[in-house]
Amino acid sequence: MDDHGQKLSTQHLQAWFGAHLALKEVSIDIPGNRVTAIIGPSGCGKSTLIRCMNRMHETIPSARAAGAVLLDGRSIYQQDPVQLRRQVGMIFQKPNPFPTMSIIDNVTAGLRLNGLRDRRRLEEIAAQCLQKAALWEEVKDKLRYPGAGLSGGQQQRLCIARALAVNPEVLLMDEPCSALDPISTSKIEELIHELRAHYTIVLVTHNMQQAARASDQTAFMYMGRLVECGETRQVFTTPKAQQTEDYITGRFG
Amino acid sequence: MSADRILKWVTASFAMIVVVLLCGIGIMLLVKSWPAIHTFTWHFPLTRLWDPVQGAFGALPFIYGTVVSSLLALMMALPLGLGIAIFLVELCPDRLKGTIAFLVELLAAIPSVIYGLWGIFFLVPWLRETIEPWCIEHLGVVPLFEGPPYGIGMCAAGLVLAIMILPIIASISRDVLETVPNDQREAALALGATRWEMIRTAVLPYGRSGLFGACFLGLGRALGETMAVTMVIGNRPEISTSLFHPAATMASVVANEFTEATGELYLSALFGIGLVLLSITFLVNLGARWLVLSIGRLPQGT
Ligand SMILES: Nc1ncnc2c1ncn2[C@@H]1O[C@H](COP(=O)(O)OP(=O)(O)O)[C@@H](O)[C@H]1O
Ligand SMILES: [Mg+2]
Repeated sequence: MDDHGQKLSTQHLQAWFGAHLALKEVSIDIPGNRVTAIIGPSGCGKSTLIRCMNRMHETIPSARAAGAVLLDGRSIYQQDPVQLRRQVGMIFQKPNPFPTMSIIDNVTAGLRLNGLRDRRRLEEIAAQCLQKAALWEEVKDKLRYPGAGLSGGQQQRLCIARALAVNPEVLLMDEPCSALDPISTSKIEELIHELRAHYTIVLVTHNMQQAARASDQTAFMYMGRLVECGETRQVFTTPKAQQTEDYITGRFG
Repeated sequence: MSADRILKWVTASFAMIVVVLLCGIGIMLLVKSWPAIHTFTWHFPLTRLWDPVQGAFGALPFIYGTVVSSLLALMMALPLGLGIAIFLVELCPDRLKGTIAFLVELLAAIPSVIYGLWGIFFLVPWLRETIEPWCIEHLGVVPLFEGPPYGIGMCAAGLVLAIMILPIIASISRDVLETVPNDQREAALALGATRWEMIRTAVLPYGRSGLFGACFLGLGRALGETMAVTMVIGNRPEISTSLFHPAATMASVVANEFTEATGELYLSALFGIGLVLLSITFLVNLGARWLVLSIGRLPQGT
């Protein structure tokens, strides 16, 4: 469980949108069972980087990528993207539960895609995942109600539960709190802290306090490049690059 | 000041014309069909016999013909139209999109009578010589495929109608699918959905009320369609389980018989059929509108 070897890594990763090069030779190592924060000004390529890690990047028509992304040492480009995305789950900036589905159906959507039909089993897993996502107490009496009726923060935790249900190893979170109020934000941060024991988490955030609080390792990106990556404490106290220092001291961005 | 006021009143009176027209048409139908309503009361839409020579006027065969031919058309056009919409929105490369959408819309621009001609000179002979004999031989035990192959009949009408409502279903479904936010698609893909699973679990459910609306609008168009149907349906006021049997619709009987309607009751019965048709299409269009609009009221993930 407490394995901090490289779970995921990119090597000389480049990503384009049409002719626009959004990631420039990014090489980063993501250790297992830890939280890696990715910070940087808006538009620097944070989302693009993590969307390459579960091959969501290539679902955009004009987008393409080059270089290597390794999951447990294996190139993800040699794997079936559909299978890969079950191992590498994703939480989006804006909570996106399925509005026509009930809470429980939202959680089990991925499992049902996999062909699991056994109602008892589905309910069991849904309960577990809602507990892991710290949402169970709030929704256990209204599992059959639509997920869209929940508050923004609850919806985001519902999305986390939905991602956990397919039993991923890695969770990619793209600014999961940016649409939420401070209380929901701190709930999600707590949750990230707990999930860290069982999952490898990559947390994109433009909130530096959040990165400092919630992560073990921090990467700073700027204009499509990875400027610096290291222990969170080190990056925030003694950054190696001038750009990092400028950014965390608020001199730009 | 006065110019703006004049503009307001002039345009408002134009809008009023629509209201007056609608009411006028409704009232005219009601007045003209009154003798038939008075004579046959509520038996009128439920009576199966239509024999003008004997003064027997029952609208049931036409209601049946209209409903069955329209549903038949919908059954064929819906999967096709939805398929086209899915292709255009989810799968089609961008540079082909415009062309295909344009071609589909061109289909809607073809005048009804051209469809009728095509129906008579291509579709009907093909049905009579190829499709219907085959069906009768192999599926003849099923009542739907009984009887001699006339060519003209319910089946031909359904097919022509299907082609005519295809563009409306395809283009409205496309508009509906385009309103589905991308984050819904990404939610499904990120869970390990294939493209088809994504469409099935995220896209179609999100757009379902709008898609129902597209159905209803197609249905509304099919119910009232006159010219092409009159040309291929065979115009026989009979109710038959067989799809190959000639039939008639409300629109086709009115178009066909109003010139020869001698006698007040005969003409009045035709107006009565018109009234029934107007009511049904009105309700269907109302339903469609409501469904298409309700997609905007879908709860959004905030
Ligand atoms: N769908 C897209 N199409 C074209 N360009 C995009 C798209 N998404 C992002 N980009 C561009 O790629 C760059 C990186 O974007 P992104 O990874 O979203 O940045 P961040 O998440 O750090 O704010 C930006 O310059 C942005 O304009
Ligand atoms: Mg982003």
